[in-house]
Amino acid sequence: MLAPETIRDLIQSGLPDATVEVFGDDGTHFAARVTSPSFEGQSTLAQHRMVYATLGDRMGGEIHALSLKTQTPDSTGESAS
Amino acid sequence: MSAEAMQVIKDEVENNPVVLYMKGTPDFPQCGFSARSAEALKAVGAQFKAVNVFDDEEIYRQGIKTFSNWPTIPQLYINGELVGGSDIVVDLYQSGELKSMIESATA
Repeated sequence: MLAPETIRDLIQSGLPDATVEVFGDDGTHFAARVTSPSFEGQSTLAQHRMVYATLGDRMGGEIHALSLKTQTPDSTGESAS
Repeated sequence: MSAEAMQVIKDEVENNPVVLYMKGTPDFPQCGFSARSAEALKAVGAQFKAVNVFDDEEIYRQGIKTFSNWPTIPQLYINGELVGGSDIVVDLYQSGELKSMIESATA
């Protein structure tokens, strides 16, 4: 059973410049908010792929679902308003 | 992924302007994420082909993940291109973009 901290660490090590928050305590369904300057200029599809890539085979396996919110540091103000 | 599975999916997404690969059907979804994606499409009045990945496990369960290098289901395709999973579909619905994407694809 996975802890949200484990997923956070995996995303963090794959995207070292990111700020990562992971929620979810049932061991299989999680939600993550990932903020990274590396997302700049990328489509949402590409941003989600970058996050999934840090988790490898765990996605769709141990991790049944990961709801994703990705953003760049510049856009955080906008989306919060 | 078998060549056959690849061809089945390729034909499906190229011959239908809007395709949703989901768990269950729009009327009887078997996963909350699939349900939300189907609801968003219905809400914008989309005519779409829904494919229940449980109908042919060999072709879809793994095949659809390999096809677009996207690890989860549901997956929405418009004009043969992967749009995204349920987070992206719901975001596009809320911003109003989904409606215009569907309209231009099915016009």
